[in-house]
Amino acid sequence: MAVRRLAPAEVQPKEFSFTAENLAWAKTQLEKYPDGRQASAVIPLLWKAQEQAGGWVPEAAIRYIADFLNMAHIRVMEVATFYTMFNLAPVGRYHVQLCGTTPCMLRGAEDLKKVCHRKIGEQFDVTPDGALSWVEVECLGACVNAPMAQINYDFYEDLTPEILARILDDLAKGKVPPPGPQIDRHFSAPVGGATTLTDPALYATAPKTAGASLKDSKAKKPGAAANVREAAVPAGPVGDSSGKRRK
Amino acid sequence: MTKLIVDGIEVDVPADYTLLQACEAAGNEIPRFCFHERLSIAGNCRMCLVELVGSPKPVASCAWAVRDCRPGPNGEPPVVNTRTPMVKKAREGVMEFLLINHPLDCPICDQGGECDLQDQAMAYGVDTSRYWENKRAVEDKYIGVLVKTSMNRCIHCTRCVRFVTEVAGVPELGAIGRGEDMEITTYLEGAMTSELQGNVVDLCPVGALTSKPYAFAARPWELNKTESVDVMDAVGSAIRIDTRGREVMRILPRVNEDVNEEWISDKTRHVVDGLRSQRLDTPYIREAGRLRPATWSEAFTLISIRIKDARPNRIGAIAGDLCAVEEMFALKDLMTRIGSKNLDARQRGSMIDPRWGRALYTFNATIAGIEKAGAALIVGTNPRHEAAILNTRLRKRWRMGQFPVALIGDRADLTYPYHYLGAGPDSLAEIAAGKGDYADILKAAERPLLILGAGALARNDGPRVASLAARAALKIGAVKDGWNGFCVLHSAASRVGALDIGFVPGEGGQTAVQMADSGNADMLVLLGADEIDVAPGAFVVYIGTHGDAGAHRADVILPGAAYPEKSGIYVNTEGRVQMAARAAFPPGDAREDWAILRALSEHLGHKLGYDSLAQLRQALFAAHPHLMRIDRIEPSDSGDIRRMADVDGAPDKTPFAPVIEDFYLTNPIARASAVMAECSAIAEGRRNLTAAE
Repeated sequence: MAVRRLAPAEVQPKEFSFTAENLAWAKTQLEKYPDGRQASAVIPLLWKAQEQAGGWVPEAAIRYIADFLNMAHIRVMEVATFYTMFNLAPVGRYHVQLCGTTPCMLRGAEDLKKVCHRKIGEQFDVTPDGALSWVEVECLGACVNAPMAQINYDFYEDLTPEILARILDDLAKGKVPPPGPQIDRHFSAPVGGATTLTDPALYATAPKTAGASLKDSKAKKPGAAANVREAAVPAGPVGDSSGKRRK
Repeated sequence: MTKLIVDGIEVDVPADYTLLQACEAAGNEIPRFCFHERLSIAGNCRMCLVELVGSPKPVASCAWAVRDCRPGPNGEPPVVNTRTPMVKKAREGVMEFLLINHPLDCPICDQGGECDLQDQAMAYGVDTSRYWENKRAVEDKYIGVLVKTSMNRCIHCTRCVRFVTEVAGVPELGAIGRGEDMEITTYLEGAMTSELQGNVVDLCPVGALTSKPYAFAARPWELNKTESVDVMDAVGSAIRIDTRGREVMRILPRVNEDVNEEWISDKTRHVVDGLRSQRLDTPYIREAGRLRPATWSEAFTLISIRIKDARPNRIGAIAGDLCAVEEMFALKDLMTRIGSKNLDARQRGSMIDPRWGRALYTFNATIAGIEKAGAALIVGTNPRHEAAILNTRLRKRWRMGQFPVALIGDRADLTYPYHYLGAGPDSLAEIAAGKGDYADILKAAERPLLILGAGALARNDGPRVASLAARAALKIGAVKDGWNGFCVLHSAASRVGALDIGFVPGEGGQTAVQMADSGNADMLVLLGADEIDVAPGAFVVYIGTHGDAGAHRADVILPGAAYPEKSGIYVNTEGRVQMAARAAFPPGDAREDWAILRALSEHLGHKLGYDSLAQLRQALFAAHPHLMRIDRIEPSDSGDIRRMADVDGAPDKTPFAPVIEDFYLTNPIARASAVMAECSAIAEGRRNLTAAE
């Protein structure tokens, strides 16, 4: 980890304030906390400010949030510099967070880094058209689909240097490729289809209620709540009578 | 009380003690960097690890309470070991980690010789390191003109951050970044605004924060240390004056739990360079409008000639803010012998009168007593500027909780929230009449305080303001059996002492303001009085230390000794008698003030009856026995306050004005200091910036 500094003064906007919509949202955040503990809202507010400012936290936003929460400016600065997911300098419209932790590294993340170097430049460099920037991050929790990268809010998994290069080219043109595994694979299911439980006989008596298998379109959307399921409740295994009894 | 066995010694300590305190109670020294008695517990340096039997790992004793220890299987007291091989290894390990990134620049470090890390590395560390990687490099930060940073040396104890946030109440320092790359800084490297920032230098256990004005000036082992008291304000903080040869090199705080705990204000600490510049080191005589150096006998002769032309009732004496009791006593004695009753120590025109009784001019609740108070009403004063250390006590009390504070007077940032009642005496009258919600809050509080700024009495209706304040104090229950919460806060070190010895106009005498007015006096003796403009006409004899306002107006200048250069008694705002010790000698031909007065008296034919300071003190103690009781406070009579409350008349509606416009430039020594001027300029720039917004 390196020393993190605010962006130079020339790129800093003079002022920052929440849009009316974000301000209303920020006020609902404050209500979550008891009186005198409003400073607890500093991280969600900084995150909102980062979204509003285009992926980074300007210095003016740090001051704005400190005043908004009645905190000392330095206290918000401490938070903003502590968490590496707060970008302190402008990033591209598509900010690539490339996972470089062990599983991804073993599956070829080093080669992906070379692609990023070639296509974008050094970490945190923004391409001249303002479209792309990249940074190597620690584990994003998609090791089973390694190597992977998070671009803005979406995971792009099972990358190869060629695929990543294509994705970056598309993004530079303003075309957003579909997120998820980039090879013939259904989420984290086995590559090239199932390798076990392949005997069709197993499914001969499967109840019809199970419905069609899950489509990508039914995938959980970013930001969806944890209790949102990705598909209908799956049918019970063959021979299990518990489901019947429940009926 | 909980029993505990520390290294085989059974101790019985309160359950809220930490293990570190319990170990100290058992006579063991526990090394520490981040832990400090007066700050919150951080537990991040890990130097205080001890072995707690039953715990699989060593525990940080500063963050482990005695009540958190489990007893043995048969109910035996918990066992703590501080000298086992496990503890030794733990300490060595922590020390090795701390030294990975700490530069080995002790020979060029100002902390060298008084460095906690240096000492503890010697005592608890090992002699080699197993690391050969490069050390971390950290950019130095600008955090003000008083604190110099060498951030490579920082060990991330965060004492400085906790001090400015908790004690000083100006949360400006913070730790940005994380882990190894954590850095201490102010927001965008702005200058700190606290008037207590110098204390972070004392708190810093390494040389990361050192004193900027004192940078590379001296080594601690070259210095002579003299314990004394401060005169920059009326608090009388305990200080240690470090001198090398004739020169005062620096001033540090001493612990005095009753007064300053262990903090001092920046003015107290950094006024040192003011002791070297603008000094008067020889007598001067004004000839044809210009001052020329003269000899003592020339000066005395001139005075004795001029005094013959003056009628006794047109001769006056004004004592300044930094005078010790002894020289004021000698001056009063001399003026009495000359036959003049024109004496005054209240340069700023305060109407406070010792005849009202001592309870009406001292801080009766005492500074330590603030912690027992239940509420405070601050009237006509800005304690942050007039008594910065006392303000930290108020803040400390406020941090304990349940401490409503109300303010009448000029709005200011006191570092703690207060309820603003109004600007003038009418708001005080409402409290005295029991009107308004806040009167009820104050009345409901146990042991409320009424802090009356001495500046609130520096107006023509001063006695009526005092009477009104006394009525308000009685109304809110600040004066009752066992508690006297009527507190007068002075801003000048000499004031209470002067009032104690009656350095005020006698029957028919003129006040300082009257004497300074044109045509009221033929001859004036200014004893270090620089805060008053003497109108043309009078022949002015100035006894003082610096070429300040008084010296510019003077016709004869007699060079005196500044406070580190003489032994003297000072009475602080509580009425606590304290003795300052001599640490250095006055420059050139300058002499101690009492000796100047003694020599002058002989020339004038009114010889004072003492030839030594000891004899002078004997006479002083005979006249005012309570001054003999050093470090004690003579109890005052709360009946004085009741009598004062019966005085009739309402003050007019003029708002209370702030006494101190510039915290850093309140006396001639501070005005001669380049460091104070720099601080003042920064504060001024900040004021203009706020005004512009």
